[in-house]
Amino acid sequence: MSEKRIIPIVMPKWGLSMAEGKLASWLMKDGDSVKAGDQLLEVETDKIAGAVEANEGGILRRRIGQEDTIYPIKTLIGVVADADVPDADIDAFVGSYVVPVAEEGEEEAAGPRYEFADTAAGRLRYTKRGSDDNTVLLIHGFGGDLDNWLFNADALAEGATVYALDLPGHGQSTKKVDEPTVAGLAKAVLSFMDTVKIDKAHLVGHSMGGAVAIEVARLAKPRVKSVTLISSAGLGPDINMDYIDGFVASASRRDLKPVLENLFADSGLVSRQMVDDLLKYKRLDGVGDALTALKNGVFAGGRQAALLADALAASGVPALVVWGAEDKIVPAAHATAAKGAKVEIIEGAGHMVQMEQAGRVNGLIKVMIGG
Amino acid sequence: MARKISMRQALNEALDQEMARDPTVFVMGEDIVGGMGGDGEKDAWGGVLGVTKGLYAKYGDRLLDTPLSESAYIGAAVGAAACGMRPVAELMFIDFMGVCFDEIFNQAAKFKYMFGGKAETPVVIRTMIGGGFRAAAQHSQVLTPLFTHIPGLKVVVPSNAYDAKGLLIQSIRDNDPVIFCEHKNLYGLETDVPQESYAIPFGEANVVREGKHVTIVTYGMMVHRALDAAAALAKDKVECEVIDLRTLSPIDWDTVLESVENTGRLVCVDEAHPRCSIASDVSAKVSQEIFKALKAGIQMVTSPHTPVPFSPSLEDIYLPSADKIATAVRKTMAN
Repeated sequence: MSEKRIIPIVMPKWGLSMAEGKLASWLMKDGDSVKAGDQLLEVETDKIAGAVEANEGGILRRRIGQEDTIYPIKTLIGVVADADVPDADIDAFVGSYVVPVAEEGEEEAAGPRYEFADTAAGRLRYTKRGSDDNTVLLIHGFGGDLDNWLFNADALAEGATVYALDLPGHGQSTKKVDEPTVAGLAKAVLSFMDTVKIDKAHLVGHSMGGAVAIEVARLAKPRVKSVTLISSAGLGPDINMDYIDGFVASASRRDLKPVLENLFADSGLVSRQMVDDLLKYKRLDGVGDALTALKNGVFAGGRQAALLADALAASGVPALVVWGAEDKIVPAAHATAAKGAKVEIIEGAGHMVQMEQAGRVNGLIKVMIGG
Repeated sequence: MARKISMRQALNEALDQEMARDPTVFVMGEDIVGGMGGDGEKDAWGGVLGVTKGLYAKYGDRLLDTPLSESAYIGAAVGAAACGMRPVAELMFIDFMGVCFDEIFNQAAKFKYMFGGKAETPVVIRTMIGGGFRAAAQHSQVLTPLFTHIPGLKVVVPSNAYDAKGLLIQSIRDNDPVIFCEHKNLYGLETDVPQESYAIPFGEANVVREGKHVTIVTYGMMVHRALDAAAALAKDKVECEVIDLRTLSPIDWDTVLESVENTGRLVCVDEAHPRCSIASDVSAKVSQEIFKALKAGIQMVTSPHTPVPFSPSLEDIYLPSADKIATAVRKTMAN
């Protein structure tokens, strides 16, 4: 019986390429009482740092992982259990814990991997996780890619089929953007849904991807179960053009890093690897032209060209609006424009709130999609 | 991105993609197609180390096997570049450059200046550098400082497959003469390389490891030795920042100076001989610009001022090793 109340805390796997992570620091002590959603420890990967949160409550009984130490994913690094579970049971649990093996072969064969869809808008890269009738489609923002959902896709896939795509001009999708506007990108998302045979989905859009989600709901309401708009464009005219211009223009690490620091409340999250990955993307042939075209189309004259709050209200599609209170790219004040939507402003987070406060955002989305 | 390919394949892909994109790109060099005296299968060889393999089948006479006369075909490449083509000439070993110094130093490097900025010379000279290949004194030199000394030339030394592809594409698109140096011992090294074309801008060093105690500045194969040293030193809580210069002309002083301002310590590692080397160049710049930031004397780790020995055991101790680099780092930490 008691074994049921022993909850293993393991090194998480964030994104397809993560094989190991460094336990940077424990945020709780042995014996602390833990609620679901509490941050237990900080993990650093070569991509990003983040906090591991408790899925269930209890007492932090055992901190097994050492700080400043690298562990492979799924390694047992801690144990949460109720107060009445005897120490002996926990010892036995730790002693008999086996890291799930055959991971590599399994992952290769059945796990999530990058796939490509040849759509009317060109070749688009995507990932698909989970298997459920309930489908979620994640749409990143300007200059982003499907890895912006590193901390979200797996959590949401516990109760849904989760797709994440690279929009045209982004990630490893085609760098040809036929129509560099929110409406053009929405058409690309609809072609993607046609190609991979998504009939209806909950759309989750970040930043420019939020505006795209609203536009998809306007164009094809029956195919959209709900929209979750995270630090979204489309709800007001303001946009930090210094960020947009800086992102498009920066060709070196030294120029790009300070630009990216605007994305987070905690600028320390901008790692060397994050800057490097973005530079690698920006160097690809066609990306400069695609980003410039989108900048001129979506943010013409330094304002957001597509104002969709009325269209959102008129569509009647259920909407959730999530914002980082310290957003320096799109002001959180725009949230009030979404009439009839549920609005959550999250303190201590910036524009990339889905990364900085992943647990909170995942919880809100799960409620929205009924997972 | 998950695709790993070797530096050899990455260079081949760069040539392939640029030849497909731009009809003025052509490749010439000794044995780059089939090799002299082959058995008639023209595409069998693809250069002494196989970098151009398969390209003849696709692009035919845009790949030219040349006679064993470097001064003639490097001169032809420079002339073709001045007339609007984008030649990529392969000059097997940098050790053989001596016979075409006039074409490179006095012609290619000077045209833009002497014709009032109206002439472009978009020629790329690909060449192998470096020791550890048991190839003796005339096939093992680095010699990069000879070329960085000349205004008007760009000098590029990739340390991995990703950089090799992006830097070669940039070299071909660049309107100035580029000496593109490939270390013999890195051809087989595999890294993640995107399938798509991309260009890495010149003059942008890569910080391959971050650290707060000591800055190690290097390029080419020595990047890997420096990383090995940094990994060993990390066990003793010495954190090294390792900078891969990637291009020696232009050189990214900003990244070097900014790093040394943070760490206060500098170790320059260069596989070339010590006198008038990249190591001495970087040392001089740092002491001139930010002397006050230094907490310890600058250390240099280079090959000795002697020819590269043929004896394997001598060649091994001739090249800068991770141990020697770590020792130099510890010296800067002792102050």
